[in-house]
Amino acid sequence: MGISRRFALKSVATAAGTALARAIAPAKADAYERVEPADDAVGMLYDTTKCIGCKSCMTACNEANNLPYDTRGESAGRWHMPFDLNEYCKNIIKLYKDDETGEQSFVKRQCMHCVDPACTTACMLGALYKAEHGIVRYNADLCVGCRYCEMACPFNIPKFEWESRAGKIVKCELCAHLVAEGKLPGCCEVCPTGAVIYGNRAELLAEAHRRIEAEPDRYVPHVYGETEAGGTQVLYLAHLDFEKLGLPDYGDRPVPQTVKTIQHGIYQGFVAPVGLYAMLAAVMMRNRRQQSEEDTKDEG
Amino acid sequence: MNYATGSRARAVGGPIFTKTVVALLLIAALAVVLIAVRFALGLGATTAMNDGYAWGLWIAFDVVTGTAFGCGGFAIALLVYIANRGQYHPLVRPALLTSALGYSIAGFSVLLDLGRPWLAWKIPFMFWHWNPHSVLLEVALCIMAYMLVLWVELSPAFLEKARDSGSATLRNFAERTLPILRKSMLWVIALGMLLPTMHQSSLGSLLLLSGPRLHPLWNTPLLPLLFLISCIAMGFGAVVLESTLSSRYFGRSAHRDMLASLGGWILPIVSLFLLIRVVDLVVRDQLGALLALDRYGTMAAVEIALFAASIVMMRSQSQRLRLGNLFRASMCLMAAGTLYRFNVYLLAFQPGEHWGYFPSLTELLITVGLVAGEVAAFIVLVRLFPILEAGSSTTKIDPSPAGIGSTSPTA
Ligand code: SF4
Ligand code: SF4
Ligand code: SF4
Repeated sequence: MGISRRFALKSVATAAGTALARAIAPAKADAYERVEPADDAVGMLYDTTKCIGCKSCMTACNEANNLPYDTRGESAGRWHMPFDLNEYCKNIIKLYKDDETGEQSFVKRQCMHCVDPACTTACMLGALYKAEHGIVRYNADLCVGCRYCEMACPFNIPKFEWESRAGKIVKCELCAHLVAEGKLPGCCEVCPTGAVIYGNRAELLAEAHRRIEAEPDRYVPHVYGETEAGGTQVLYLAHLDFEKLGLPDYGDRPVPQTVKTIQHGIYQGFVAPVGLYAMLAAVMMRNRRQQSEEDTKDEG
Repeated sequence: MNYATGSRARAVGGPIFTKTVVALLLIAALAVVLIAVRFALGLGATTAMNDGYAWGLWIAFDVVTGTAFGCGGFAIALLVYIANRGQYHPLVRPALLTSALGYSIAGFSVLLDLGRPWLAWKIPFMFWHWNPHSVLLEVALCIMAYMLVLWVELSPAFLEKARDSGSATLRNFAERTLPILRKSMLWVIALGMLLPTMHQSSLGSLLLLSGPRLHPLWNTPLLPLLFLISCIAMGFGAVVLESTLSSRYFGRSAHRDMLASLGGWILPIVSLFLLIRVVDLVVRDQLGALLALDRYGTMAAVEIALFAASIVMMRSQSQRLRLGNLFRASMCLMAAGTLYRFNVYLLAFQPGEHWGYFPSLTELLITVGLVAGEVAAFIVLVRLFPILEAGSSTTKIDPSPAGIGSTSPTA
């Protein structure tokens, strides 16, 4: 009796332990299959040294997406003046300014169109999904408004329609509707200095490196997005630390790697859960049989 | 032991609408009004959630913490059916009821929290759209399934009442259903242990995706393991709370000896949590951050201290046999688990400096109202249905505190 109980506990503990070990071991072994950018992946290249902060791209973005302007707050109904990306703003120009050093820079923020996105990993029914050309798109029909994408995106990009009773997610979709017609995304179309340009990701990357090589003094010698968080399809050139511009050093590990590895380890082919289930049932049956044997003995 | 029937539980009886129940229902009614307001005006107007903190109190407390409290059923089931400690059987039904109510509240809260709740039916049914990588999908499906499992596990209580009722139809139905349940219950109960193992750990995995924006004191790949272990401890805390209060209000046995021995099983589990938590901090070189005792270090330290305090209070059987002491230890454990979950979901999560979150009055009152409704439902259900065991327990208790892996001398 004593032995069988110990056996029961042990077998369940082993089953659970195996599942866990399988989950954690590959995380170490780096068996993760890295997602590479598709050959036809498109994106944008934004260059802080060319941006004059005119914000034409902000209004153009709202125009291109039929999005009302954000005239709340201090703007008192007069100007498109979002405080940050929000339900009325998929694209924003921010200013970084250090009064002591006099350093300053504009920075454009919108969806990075990650190569291996956290948001599409999070979304239950694939309302956010990797579409043609690697553009990360949104399908409201499959969105329940759980906002897990907001919790997941390392760049704080997806925004929720808080003012609505049927809140959807709002984020840059690289103007996929315009691109499909052979047009340029709204922001790239209007930029007067070419600070943000649209194109094939590989070509944009080559262009970025060309610029750094041609004018090494002008740039931090790095293209943000080439590898960051597994790579993004929107790339950045800057004359200041990217960190200062709100583009953190996430290393080149894709954000979904940890969770995908663990989930994969535990749930691959549903072996572990089914095994654990069988084990639990088997132990219970064994216990029950022993119990009834005991009962008979007691009665006899 | 008997899975479905043969329980010695008896309905408590007595008046339904006591002062306590009426007071609780009034608080719940206020929540119902506020819920209507939330749907009329939307989430932005009624909650403090925002694009930085897209998840607030309802997720962190009602769902993530509430279901952990609801793990009493899970913890007791593990003990009774897997460790074969049949003598704890009287604790099963009340624990199941607490769990079923807790999970139901959590499920309801999710519907409040969703921006487009009328599409929620698509989650279980549109399986061809399921995203196999989505931890949230797994959590959602598991919690829905577990809610069902809990009510099925509890259904014999309702059927027994029906069997003894005056109506011939009800009696017939119960007499036909109970044997079927008895035969299949083992499989349901096994499911009732598998599902919480899966989704309680996944409640930790959820925030692995937020890893880059999680404070390093909490950002570890062991989140799922820590969530799983702590939910068992919190479920135990909830069982002690429920037993103590039931004994006070209904004059039923508090099952003191049983709870004390049960604490003996929980002790190594809490210790394991603490061990993993601290070793993880050491390995990831975060002790400095802990000892910095800034906002984050302090909160982590308090959380760890609460776990440690509960261990000290439960350290020996003689300590645990003092009901007041055991009760305090359980409260401590529940507070510790709650703080751990709040820390991970609200404090450690850092969307950026210009974002802040403190729940709105509406959020708070709705949560309070839901809990009040849950307590009222518990009181009413144990009065009407055979949930609590009658009189004081006469079950023989294994006198030695049982540790994990120890063998039983009862054979
Ligand atoms: S930046 Fe955020 S929203 Fe855009 S693809 Fe990456 S994870 Fe998704
Ligand atoms: S809010 Fe919508 S898009 Fe975002 S994760 Fe949830 S279901 Fe997907
Ligand atoms: S690509 Fe389109 S949606 Fe995205 S920032 Fe530019 S204009 Fe806005």
